[in-house]
Amino acid sequence: MHTTLEELDMQAKQILAKFGDNNISIKERTTIPLQEMPAQDPAVRITNMEEVALGYSENQVKVEAMRCLQCKNKPCIQGCPVGIDIPSFIKKAAEGDFAGANAKIKESSLLPSICGRVCPQENQCQKYCTVGKMKKDVEQSVAIGRIERYVADYSREHNLDVVPSVKASTKKKVAIVGTGPASVAAAADVRREGHTVVMFEALHKAGGVLVYGIPEFRLPKKLVEREIDGLVDMGIEINKNYLVGKTRTLDDLRDKDGFDAVFVGAGAGLPKFMNIPGENLIGVFSANEYLTRSNLMKAYDQKHSLTPLFNSEKVAIFGGGNVAMDAARTAKRLGAKEVTIIYRRSEAELPARKEEVHHAKEEGINFLVLHQPHEIIGDENGFVKGVKVVTCELGEPDASGRRRPVEIEGTEQVLDFDTVVVSIGNASNPLLKQTTDGLEVNKRGNIIVNEETCETSIEGVFAGGDIVLGAATVILAMGQGRKAAKAINEYLSKK
Amino acid sequence: MNEILYKEKLSSEVFKMIVHAPRIAEARKPGQFIILQLGGDYNERLPLTIADADPEKGTITLIFQAVGESTHHLALLNVGDYIENLLGPLGTPTEIGKYGKVVCVGGGIGVAPMHPIAKALKELGNEVKIIMGARTKDLFVMKEEMEAIADELILTTDDGSAGRKALVTEPLKELCETWKPDLVVAIGPPIMMKFCALTTKPYNVHTIVSLNTIMIDGTGMCGGCRVSVGGETKFVCVDGPEFDGHKVDWDNMLMRLGTYKPQEKENHHRCHIGLHIEEGEA
Repeated sequence: MHTTLEELDMQAKQILAKFGDNNISIKERTTIPLQEMPAQDPAVRITNMEEVALGYSENQVKVEAMRCLQCKNKPCIQGCPVGIDIPSFIKKAAEGDFAGANAKIKESSLLPSICGRVCPQENQCQKYCTVGKMKKDVEQSVAIGRIERYVADYSREHNLDVVPSVKASTKKKVAIVGTGPASVAAAADVRREGHTVVMFEALHKAGGVLVYGIPEFRLPKKLVEREIDGLVDMGIEINKNYLVGKTRTLDDLRDKDGFDAVFVGAGAGLPKFMNIPGENLIGVFSANEYLTRSNLMKAYDQKHSLTPLFNSEKVAIFGGGNVAMDAARTAKRLGAKEVTIIYRRSEAELPARKEEVHHAKEEGINFLVLHQPHEIIGDENGFVKGVKVVTCELGEPDASGRRRPVEIEGTEQVLDFDTVVVSIGNASNPLLKQTTDGLEVNKRGNIIVNEETCETSIEGVFAGGDIVLGAATVILAMGQGRKAAKAINEYLSKK
Repeated sequence: MNEILYKEKLSSEVFKMIVHAPRIAEARKPGQFIILQLGGDYNERLPLTIADADPEKGTITLIFQAVGESTHHLALLNVGDYIENLLGPLGTPTEIGKYGKVVCVGGGIGVAPMHPIAKALKELGNEVKIIMGARTKDLFVMKEEMEAIADELILTTDDGSAGRKALVTEPLKELCETWKPDLVVAIGPPIMMKFCALTTKPYNVHTIVSLNTIMIDGTGMCGGCRVSVGGETKFVCVDGPEFDGHKVDWDNMLMRLGTYKPQEKENHHRCHIGLHIEEGEA
């Protein structure tokens, strides 16, 4: 049963009437029910690209903020990669001071409207929440991310966002390679110290994975644009259509263009394939391509977009991460009749956030777990017509601690599909390594950095985000960007 | 940046543009390409080869055929207009070396990317023979430029209106037999490159081709451009665009080029209506 925003708001209103003065005991606070995130009706939302989660109402956010016990030891903060003072901002939200709450977050995080939407809070701040611990269910923790989203959206809509102050010019120049989450965080923190900051983006739009990867229905692109505009307002220069390593090498930026330090946040950016027969058939896409077509190139809007879309009826998604969920839910919205996630372990091991899996199921995505694709079968014209899969069972735990899938002999079968999206992660794009002398990478191609400072094997060159971590999350990338920025600021102060 | 400084209509659907792009002009090497996007949310990204560059003037030369909706939009831009987004140079440059005797085969506007390669090969002291093929004589591009480079220039047309009435593979086969080149570089329509590779195979002449597959970002991120080369999957945008023609899985590559054929056909028709240009007139 779908509960509407109006119904949820009414329930919150009743709770507020009961505890309205916010002057209630801890015991009473623990009796307040978790406020459910209002969402578009699944039957409606699979026909549009608009945001699924609608955001709390004012009543709801106040009620949810009242659930916070304001613990003295603030356990939630240890789960936040950028160390936001969570109880303080929630307190302000409970008091109805939403702009104040937003300002509090912005002391530590530049992108609350984005992080409130895409952070895996259940593995971070909310994992340590006392309320969740008391109820022995992380899902019952204070919905920190939803409150964060509300106060950020509120401040934006009421023009209460302030441009961070920038110190007097130091005449030092920092180049930032990439414009994704790690780069945005690094750029802002370095700029605040008064250094000149120039960002370099290969694509024709800034924002990295926030623009090409995460779909509109999870993260509206106008929010990303707004955040990028915020950087420009701080005096940061953004050079689009500029591929460092090709347009100019990293060495040239330092030697010829006079940059005193460089931060590399170029992202992972090299899709992995399964290396099974049939992967080059027509109708097989990497998740990167599938999502980039739809998101960056706006192919979902076929009336206007010049980028073509493949016509799909039955889509198989290989993989079970957040990107796989994004691809599956995109396929549904692009008109596919049947979309199936094929994952080799069981549902419990799905790497995607529970919320994403839940949303996908609501939207009618099929989950074929404990199945491993062996081959993609094509017709006489080279178009995909099926996928050969084999059934698996779970064996002993592997190096990742998850139980290893073991294929069961004699269980091969061919299932009908006309499209396959391979969503099993990204490797590191080798471009910078190839074109930069002395830049050390590990065997997976990730740039090796000093964990404390994010400095690479080259003095004055720092790196963070997926190019260092492999495929991670927006907030982890931002955390590294901030760490690197701190080190860059220190490095430049001594130079 | 990216101002169009010169525009010329070379034939009914082929255009030449000289664009101010100093960084690309400085960095580019033979064999590389650019990707452009005409601004806004909805225009597609379009890979085009670089026909020439002048680092001193900061310009690059693009030669393109108006075949799809985006190339038609590009063709409508004029001197003084700007190409909003222009990224490059992309791809791995040609390995220019001293090979000895080289045959360059350019089909249609494949002559445009061939030009800087042939020029560089010649400058390094190779003996360069050039075969240019076109449907009919009006469709030759950069003939004078190629003539200036070539030790011998052989023209072929399908209708016999200029040079020999033959496919490029005919003189190529003869040269393989009589002149025995050390290297063949073939750039043109995929089917032409396939048959050039098949022609040189029995003579064991190393044959380089330049592939123009479907592509979005051009930086290795999407993998839409992948081709099978010697049994391995390669990305045209970063591993290529040039590959050993004898190792390319041509059938798979040609097949993949047809991924969006139904949609493209409709779009091409739609753009002729929308832009009020006669078909065949760009």
